[in-house]
Amino acid sequence: MEYLYFPGCTLYTKAKNLDEAGRECAKVLGFELKELSNWTCCGATFPLATDNIMALAPPSRILARAKEEGSTLTTLCSVCFNVIKRTNRLIQADQEKREKINTFIEMDYQGDAQILHYLEILKRDVGFDALRTAAKRDLQGMKVAPFYGCMLLRPFEEMEFDDKEAPTIFEEFLEAITCEPVDFPYKIECCGAFQSVGAPEVATECAYAILSSALRNGAEAVTTTCPLCQFNIDSMQKEIHEKYNDFPGIPVIYFTQLLGLALGLPVERLDFGRNDVDPRPLLMEKGLL
Amino acid sequence: MKIEISGRRVHNEFAQKVEEISGQNLFACYQCGNCTAGCPVSFAMDLGPHQVIRFSLLGLEEEVLESNTFWVCASCLQCTSRCPKGLDIARIMEAIRLVILRKKERLDRLEAGKLSEEFLERVPQIALISGFRKFSS
Repeated sequence: MEYLYFPGCTLYTKAKNLDEAGRECAKVLGFELKELSNWTCCGATFPLATDNIMALAPPSRILARAKEEGSTLTTLCSVCFNVIKRTNRLIQADQEKREKINTFIEMDYQGDAQILHYLEILKRDVGFDALRTAAKRDLQGMKVAPFYGCMLLRPFEEMEFDDKEAPTIFEEFLEAITCEPVDFPYKIECCGAFQSVGAPEVATECAYAILSSALRNGAEAVTTTCPLCQFNIDSMQKEIHEKYNDFPGIPVIYFTQLLGLALGLPVERLDFGRNDVDPRPLLMEKGLL
Repeated sequence: MKIEISGRRVHNEFAQKVEEISGQNLFACYQCGNCTAGCPVSFAMDLGPHQVIRFSLLGLEEEVLESNTFWVCASCLQCTSRCPKGLDIARIMEAIRLVILRKKERLDRLEAGKLSEEFLERVPQIALISGFRKFSS
């Protein structure tokens, strides 16, 4: 099976550990990620003003190119997934905006590409049973809290990704790769998003609430699908420590890194050195290193 | 004394502008406070999102624009997803941000020059791009 892959702005740099593990795992699982040619940044926010057509141009161009090169577009980053999927829904539903956008980008796109998040490919196309069979390394029931954040799920009616308040796809994934999913009340909360730039003290509080909740519920690690969540709840642990001296810290690992571990990829290919809170002591403790 | 009860004065210019940019009907809000209760960043807000809507309807433009509510909003859409009246509150917050950012004085909330080099080394593109989209004109 072949999918067009849209990496997005951060996956070639700060989130290489999300990107490279995802590509490697696809090879092992027997599907191909063909990188979309000439891609640009999606804009990293879906414009919430009704008259902001300009911000719809980049994701629309991405979609139009995807349609020319294949039919199903996939992303690893939740924000890209959100922006592109919402734009696609808008192009499908709003004729006036569709015409305006097409005139502006000088292309003719009708909203007929399909967008799947990588997790959806794992669930729908690979299947979690097949994933269970493909897993070579036992992750020893590592207690992992799945952090969905906002962008995979909301707005529910447009994303149609999973249950609005109690999603389970991430838990099913973790079970298939021999982790023990940890349910915690903050799994669909916001990490603070772009407030890490605008009001870092606010984002730090969000991250602290999320991570403390995961720890209280017994998590040994947290997993994410999003480079923005990852930054806020991994890198910003530095700021959390400055404010809350007794915060013990917890590794935050991209879901593709966990997948790569389970599929038996060499550990050095999973780039754990790039995670701010080093997950390797935990992996060593579990006998995985 | 004759008292005229009319919606015209309440539906002030500011509220109309917010409605136009957001595409939302502010009058649909019945002040249940669900948005504020579920908001992950309301702890840092001067006014809850439901108060911002009420103040806007009452024409208290200055009070609204001086609050930090819409700047602190992270567009996580929790309020939007839970509003029993189907209001997209995140769009309302965005509209108020834009009322300010679209003024000719260009009152940007975030300036690139003020971010420290150490922070710029650390921060991923995704945070900078979304941040500048939300906080600058």
